[in-house]
Amino acid sequence: MSAPIVSRSESANTTRADDAPALSRALTNLRMAPSRLMQTMFRSGPPKSDRSRSSFVFGNVFLHLHSVRVHRWTLRWSATAGLGVLTIAAFLIALVTGVLLMFYYKPYPEVAYLSMKDIHFVVPTGRFIRNIHRWSANIMVVGVLLHMGRVFYTSGYRTPREFNWIIGMALLVVTLGLSFTGYLLPWDQLAYWAITIGANIAQSPREVTDALGITASFDPGGFQRLLLLGSDTVGEEALIRFYLLHVMVLPMALLALLSVHMWRVRKDGGIVRPIDADQRLAPLGNETYPVFTQAPQKTYQLAAIVRGRSAEVGNGPENTVPAMPHLFYAEAAVFMVTVLVCVVWALCQDAPLKELANPNVPENPAKAPWYFLGLQELVAFSAFMGGIGIPSIVLLGIGLIPFLERETEGTGDWFGGPGGKSLVFGSIVYGLATVLGVEAFAIHFGWIRQWWVAAPQLLITAINPGTVLTALYAGYSIAMIRRYNSTRAGAVGLFTCFLCGFLVLTIIGTHFRGPNWEFYWSPTLWPEH
Amino acid sequence: MTVKPHPRSGADEASRSDSQAVRASRLDEEPMPRRDFLGRAALWSAASAMFLAVLGIARLPRAAVLPSPSKKYRVTLPASMADGVAFVPQGRSVAIVRDADGIYAISTVCTHLGCIVKHTPEGFECPCHGSRFGGDGHVVRGPAPKALSWLALQDTGGGTIMIDEGKVVAAGTKVKVA
Repeated sequence: MSAPIVSRSESANTTRADDAPALSRALTNLRMAPSRLMQTMFRSGPPKSDRSRSSFVFGNVFLHLHSVRVHRWTLRWSATAGLGVLTIAAFLIALVTGVLLMFYYKPYPEVAYLSMKDIHFVVPTGRFIRNIHRWSANIMVVGVLLHMGRVFYTSGYRTPREFNWIIGMALLVVTLGLSFTGYLLPWDQLAYWAITIGANIAQSPREVTDALGITASFDPGGFQRLLLLGSDTVGEEALIRFYLLHVMVLPMALLALLSVHMWRVRKDGGIVRPIDADQRLAPLGNETYPVFTQAPQKTYQLAAIVRGRSAEVGNGPENTVPAMPHLFYAEAAVFMVTVLVCVVWALCQDAPLKELANPNVPENPAKAPWYFLGLQELVAFSAFMGGIGIPSIVLLGIGLIPFLERETEGTGDWFGGPGGKSLVFGSIVYGLATVLGVEAFAIHFGWIRQWWVAAPQLLITAINPGTVLTALYAGYSIAMIRRYNSTRAGAVGLFTCFLCGFLVLTIIGTHFRGPNWEFYWSPTLWPEH
Repeated sequence: MTVKPHPRSGADEASRSDSQAVRASRLDEEPMPRRDFLGRAALWSAASAMFLAVLGIARLPRAAVLPSPSKKYRVTLPASMADGVAFVPQGRSVAIVRDADGIYAISTVCTHLGCIVKHTPEGFECPCHGSRFGGDGHVVRGPAPKALSWLALQDTGGGTIMIDEGKVVAAGTKVKVA
């Protein structure tokens, strides 16, 4: 159908160019080559009008995942606090520094440790780059958690954003997986014993199958451990598996999920905002550049091919500004802040590297990365519940939130909905009091096996600080649903309690647990060993 | 790109014009035309081929022979072994103890999360999560869910024994060694 047009335009070109000799035409073309390359790369030209600013975004395969226009509400600092962009920035920094580290890192036991020493002491800027890699990974984990909190407390998971909430959970899991697989690679004492414990947590369903006496015929725990380690022990097979997951499988999964996540933000109508956001925004300042002046007459997309209404229908372009430059400049600012924090942190503190891994002498205490220390605190009572049971329950609970809570009140507002801030405050008090109470009891009096050595294991698997806390939090959530007659209130209660539990258990695991996982008020009180 | 009307048999010419009249919009779903059958067949065969390939790949992570060191090895006992003091062969996670009834071997891999327990006069203690075991490996304090395993050993003469870490024996199985 386009054939005649092409031939017509070509013939027009030929006629015009025929005037000059062929050689001079070639020289002219050579001179024009750079600008023509730019033209064919960026067809719409520099983003100087509303139209070219729009095509700057949707004419670019990477940028078009992104919104072309954003609502002014979205650009307010309080709407997102830039947490999602912060997480992506930390990921990009870790990606670049990780590729640089791969030039020198050799994934083979002992050789791996020596190559870490080389990166630290011999490779120019090696220590700096490794520090940035380590700290940006930490920032990424914090960023994912804070971003999840922001989305939850502004009810950003509600219709039509349920699926993106699930994608976000998958991103959380992949992020934790990336951090954990990276933990083994230095092949030092810390790495070796953290992975030994991690692999045995994967094997912990045996705690239940052993108690039931069916391990010989049904052994999912042993299978998981074997899948992770490729062997009975943490050795070369485990290292190459963790390496492959860390540098290839998980980053690719993360990139794919991230693309869907950002694209869905656009498709779901942008960042969540209150239904009356337009009325609550101050009028646009005169100096704001550029304002959308001509409202488009068409609010549907791609004619009849897409079923249903797109999120834009009924929402005029008023109060939106082009993503280029408004949103992109804001994102670049967050990116630069992240880079700055990583660089300063990397200059101030070195990433840890202990002695070479020794399979016969455990590190004491053997601690996982800090964000798993809350779970390790629970694991110290029941390996299966702390390592697999409770995390699964928490993930299931978080995933169900947008499907159980279908209210509309307070969408887009911080702590919106029934109860509001006072409910959040009450939940924090209850959540902290409960976790501190349970932990204080367990630390002071011990747990079932200290009082009754012959206690059946299934009893301890069912009743331990982790399950007691979960039950107390679930009970509180139900009480809040009844008190406020609102599922949102229950969700706020549960989510807030779990955040408090996570925080307190992590701090206890990080700071207050010493050799033999005994309680110490400070690491300075640890005995020499 | 134009959408062609689907060819139908001439027999239901009359009913076709009726249904065409009702089906006013291209948004309405269309019945599967016969010519789509081959397309579907290609799709499903590709899907099942991929599924079978994934099943095949699922066998990959588990090698027929695991690269772990041999679990059966010979140990030369030290010339003098005091009663109740454990001897741990270099690089192995097993405690060999002699008492009046003979020699026995207890695995020093904690049954909780796989750390290496340390032999003490009272028994064994784990550095990772504080599990304690008695001298015969039974659990004294949590979180370990079960006792340390006793490993099979046999006297191979000349002050050496053969230990098989892969074979667990009943607690209390001791072997007389000359």
